[in-house]
Amino acid sequence: MLLIEPQNYDFGPGEENALELDCRKKLYEVTLRYETCGKLNADRSNAVLIEHALSGDAHVTGYHTPEDRKPGWWAEMVGPGKAIDTDRYFVICSNILGGCSGSTGPRSIDPATGKPYNMNFPVITIADMVRAQKRLIDHLGISKLLAVVGGSMGGMQVLQWMIDYPDSVAAAVPIATTAQNSAQNIAFNWVGREAIISDPKFDGGNYDPENPPGKGLSTARMLAHITYLSDETMGRKFGRNLQENDHYAFDFRRDFAVESYLQHQGRRFVERFDANSYCYITRAIDYFDLADRTNGDLAAAFHSAKGKFLVVSFSSDWLFPTKQARALVKALLANHLETNFCEIQSGYGHDAFLLEIDTLGAMVGAFLANTLNEVSSGKQRGAQS
Amino acid sequence: MSDLDLLKYTCGRTDLSLICDLIDPGSSVLDLGCGDGLFLRYLKERKNVRSLGLEISAEKIASCIANGVPVIQGDLDSRMEFAADGDFDYVILSRTLQEVRHPENLLDEIVRVGKQAIVSFINFGYFEYRFELFFCGRMPRGRHLPYEWFNTPNIHLGTLTDFHTLCRERHIRIVSAEPLGRIHGILPKWCWPNLFAHSCVFVLEKEK
Repeated sequence: MLLIEPQNYDFGPGEENALELDCRKKLYEVTLRYETCGKLNADRSNAVLIEHALSGDAHVTGYHTPEDRKPGWWAEMVGPGKAIDTDRYFVICSNILGGCSGSTGPRSIDPATGKPYNMNFPVITIADMVRAQKRLIDHLGISKLLAVVGGSMGGMQVLQWMIDYPDSVAAAVPIATTAQNSAQNIAFNWVGREAIISDPKFDGGNYDPENPPGKGLSTARMLAHITYLSDETMGRKFGRNLQENDHYAFDFRRDFAVESYLQHQGRRFVERFDANSYCYITRAIDYFDLADRTNGDLAAAFHSAKGKFLVVSFSSDWLFPTKQARALVKALLANHLETNFCEIQSGYGHDAFLLEIDTLGAMVGAFLANTLNEVSSGKQRGAQS
Repeated sequence: MSDLDLLKYTCGRTDLSLICDLIDPGSSVLDLGCGDGLFLRYLKERKNVRSLGLEISAEKIASCIANGVPVIQGDLDSRMEFAADGDFDYVILSRTLQEVRHPENLLDEIVRVGKQAIVSFINFGYFEYRFELFFCGRMPRGRHLPYEWFNTPNIHLGTLTDFHTLCRERHIRIVSAEPLGRIHGILPKWCWPNLFAHSCVFVLEKEK
C-alpha cells in the first residue's frame, strides 16, 4: 500500500515575503498543503506538478492511512507503474490557494485579526494560485519542472504556469480545459454562488463551520455536477429509473434515480467542502482569461511561452468543449510551440479526464517519457545542462 | 530508429523517398494524415525539419506522441483553422486526396497553408486498372487499391489528366510532376504517365 504523508509549506510572514495578489492585496503567513510521491533524481529534472480541479486536493494518489477506504483522486493515473509513473517521476500536488483542504483559504485565520478570513479573504485568481505554487517549487529546490499536468481548472493553472514561468517548465499537459473561461461557465458559477449566498445560514460568509449553508452549497454542487456529466452518461446510468418505488409518488420529493444521485453528491460535498472557498474558487475560474493581458489576443498571450504541449479534450465535454481546446492549439501553433492535440472520443462528459485513464494515460505517459529523454539528453530548448 | 529501419520503412514506398528528396533541410513540414508519424520522424532525422502531423485517429495520435512527433487531431474535410497562410514550407498529402469528401477544397487549403504542397496521387488511369475494368468488367483492385467497391475509402478516384485539369481550374500551379511506374520507380516523362504510372508525386503552389 502506497502511504503518503501530507506536508505543509509556510511562507510570507514578513512584508517582503508576503504573497502579492492580482487584486493588489497581499497575503501574509500563507500555508500550502502538498503531497509528493516518488524520488527526485540527482539533477532534479524529473519533477511533475499535478494541478487539481475545483473540488480536488493535494491527495492525488496513495493512502494517508492503511484504514483509508479510497486512494487519492487520480490514483488510476498517478503511482508506481501508472501513466504518470512515480517510479520515474517525482510527483508533487498541492492544494490550491483559496482551497479548504489544508492550504490558506477563507477558512484560515487572518493574522491581522486573529479570526477566520471568511469573506474578508482577498479575491484570488488562477495566476495567484500558480504564484503560490511557484514558491513551493522553489522551496523544494526545483528550478525546472519536467511537466505540469492538470484537468479542468487544473488545466488553467497548467497554462498559467507556461505563460508566467516559461523557463521553469519543460512540458505542459492541459486537459479538458480552456484558455478563456466561457460565458456559459461564468453563468453556472453565478447560479451556484447565488444558491450559497441566498442560503439563510450563509450570514455573509460568517457561518459557523459546524453549521454551514448546506442547502446552498449542495445545490451549487448538484448544479455543477450536472455539467460534469453528459446526456449519454446520465441516460445510461439512470435512465428514467425510479429510486425506490415502482410508480410515481405524485409529490415533489425525490422520485427518480438521477435525483437521488445528485442529492447524494450534494450532501457528500457539504461534508468536505467550505462554502466560502467554493465562492472564491469559482470566482477565480470566472476571471480566468489568458488573453486579458494582451487585449484579447490569445496568440500574443503565449508569446513568451516555451516548452511543449499536449492538449487533450473529450468529445462529450460540453463544459470545456473541443472548440476551446482548438482555439488554444491555434494560439500555441501561431507561436511555433511544439504542440500535440487529441480529442478523445468519450461519453463521460467533462468527468472523462478522471475516467478515460487508458487512452489518456497512453498519451500522457508517452509524452512525459519523451520529455524526460529529451531533457536528460539536453535536446530540449532551454533544458538544464 | 536506425538507418536500417528507415531504409525498410521507405523501401516499399517510392513516393515517400521521392518526397523526402524534395524537402529542403531545416524547413517546416505539415504531413496530412500522418498515421503513426514514422515518416515525419524519418524526415526529422534526415532533414532536421520542424514537423507537425495531422491525424484523425486517436490511436495513431498516441503512436505519434510515442514516436516523439508533434501531432494534432483534425480531419481533412475541415478548413485548417489552426494554420495561417503560408505557415509551412511544405504540406505533404500522401495518397490521401482520393479519400476526402471534397478534394478540390483540400487542394485549395494545402496551397494556402503551405508555400508548396507535395501531393502523391494515385492514378486511376493506370493500364492495369483500365484492363481490369475493360476486360473483367470489374472495378479495379490491386496493390494500391486493396478494397472492394463497396468498402473502399477511396471515394474520389481520378486520372493524372483529371488532376491536371482540376489544378488548372483551381489556379494551382504544378511546379513539378514525378510519375512512378511499377518496375523502375520513377518513370520517364515521355512514356505516357497517364497510362503507365500507378501514381505521381506533384509539387504544387498557388498561382501568383
